[in-house]
Amino acid sequence: MTTDANTMQFEYIVEGGNFTRAGYASSEIKKILKQLNVDLAIIKRTVVACYEAEVNVVAHSYGGTIFVDIDHQSIRIKLVDDGPGIPDVNLAMQEGFSTASSKVREMGFGAGMGLPNIKKNADLFEISSELTKGTTLEITMFLQ
Amino acid sequence: MAEKYFHHALKFQKEDCIGCSHCMNVCPTQAIRIHGGKANLTDNRCVDCGKCYSACPVGAIIVEQDDFSRIFAYDYRVALVPNVLFGQFPEKVSVDQIHRVLHDLGFTHIFEVELGTRILKGSMLEYLITHSESKPLISTFCPAIVRLIQVRFPALTENLILLKSPLDITATYIRKKFSDQGIDSTQTGIFYITPCAANIAAVKSPVGGYLSDIDGVINMDFIFNKVYTSMKQGLLGKGKGQIQGGISLCRDEMLWALTEGEASLMPGRSLAIDETGNVIEFLERMENEEHCNIDFLELRACDQSCAGGILTSGNRFFTVERLRKLAAKTAEATALAGDAKTKDSIENYSDFLLKHIGVNKVLPRSMDKLDEDMKRAMLKMQMVREIMKSLPYVDCGLCGSPTCNALAQDIVQGQADITRCIFIQKKYEQNNWLSYSESMEILKQIWGKDKFGEK
Repeated sequence: MTTDANTMQFEYIVEGGNFTRAGYASSEIKKILKQLNVDLAIIKRTVVACYEAEVNVVAHSYGGTIFVDIDHQSIRIKLVDDGPGIPDVNLAMQEGFSTASSKVREMGFGAGMGLPNIKKNADLFEISSELTKGTTLEITMFLQ
Repeated sequence: MAEKYFHHALKFQKEDCIGCSHCMNVCPTQAIRIHGGKANLTDNRCVDCGKCYSACPVGAIIVEQDDFSRIFAYDYRVALVPNVLFGQFPEKVSVDQIHRVLHDLGFTHIFEVELGTRILKGSMLEYLITHSESKPLISTFCPAIVRLIQVRFPALTENLILLKSPLDITATYIRKKFSDQGIDSTQTGIFYITPCAANIAAVKSPVGGYLSDIDGVINMDFIFNKVYTSMKQGLLGKGKGQIQGGISLCRDEMLWALTEGEASLMPGRSLAIDETGNVIEFLERMENEEHCNIDFLELRACDQSCAGGILTSGNRFFTVERLRKLAAKTAEATALAGDAKTKDSIENYSDFLLKHIGVNKVLPRSMDKLDEDMKRAMLKMQMVREIMKSLPYVDCGLCGSPTCNALAQDIVQGQADITRCIFIQKKYEQNNWLSYSESMEILKQIWGKDKFGEK
């Protein structure tokens, strides 16, 4: 974390394939937003979007980093992963589309609601992906 | 000073407190600090779960109850008894014998708290259908849980089922029934025999904008001692008191207050979780996921639900076993007796009770926020993080705050100084920033002089 009077930054490392830790970063972010007295409805949407995105990194990549940037106007969460990338982002954005293995589905993940659901909960949603390199997802929530 | 939200039944008696910090270490909402050799409670954080009461080795925390003699201010003295009371005693002690002791103590009428579940159950089933957008719906049966959600999980206040508890429904029924019989309402005193502190707080200041029909609260351990004394002196069943004939509840009603009591009756996917630590762990996880596909949550603050209430005296596992046996036996008896007992019963009042069953929205009372103003909260958070860099993460509690993080927050809120940390003290002493006598003085301020052999 770096400090500056008006913005705060946090970083979380996400381990690929480790579902027992999936959600840790989202929980930490939730705690921070609660302490900052962010509106409860915004916290709810942020955490749902962030959790889905974090699980995506665990499920589909070799690992990644979550960068969180908060000021009094917005919360920006950027998830950068090293992974195979998404071959067709438009297809992945469709509800019900899923590449999850049966092992992942057994754990209750991989219903193909991930990306559309993140988009639904976020105020701004940006995704870029490069095959064999990885995916970058950026979620912005407005506080005003 | 912040607005005081809650009435608390738990009272810390300064003169008895030895400042051992056992209570501080078990408090699930970090509501306790040690200063001046005494435990101090932050009222707005406390949810009345009673963990501190059970942890106190010297009985310095008491549960405030009404003076028993208050019942005699009324001509009609009603004991509102949760059936957990019957589970406190060996099986040879019958329900009738316990009723007789209550009559001998001065009660004129005895009612079962769980009667209200007969009205509530239908309303809950309906509520689950009409409010399906707020799933998972959370039971408001346990008042400590309602308060825990207000302070620790404010966003989940929207999931609470806004219906009165069986206790309040039963009390309203009794008051209405008596007044219909022409009895002066001011001469009817309804006294609830409580297994926990949270229910006292709920009676004295209900969450949800209504007034309770209960006039006073008697702690269950008080009644337990009276019955036990009778039993030991061989006087059970020899009292003059009238008895009104056993239990009128059906099996489900008898088991309502135990773990799974509600969850087993609700349709769809229902979960029952007891013990505050378990509940917190579960809700922390649940908050992250939008689609957890659970319809109903039964959450109880005590292990084994009300059988583990802090004012119960029996072993909670035996209590559960006895109540289950009693429920099975009662079910048989009720089947034999047919519906003879339904005459003049709570069902006749269901229209009236259903009209008054709803409560107002339960408001969030978040205690996590560092400041109302987000900019200031951010500044404070940065300060907390900066302070945390020099604290040891040991959570030893020697500073009088429960964890290093709690100390850092206390410092930022102007309620503590960093030199309360023993690690910082040692460091400062080494650098000659603090003298030995100064650091001793700090420890004495926190823990009291007598812990250092001084008067």
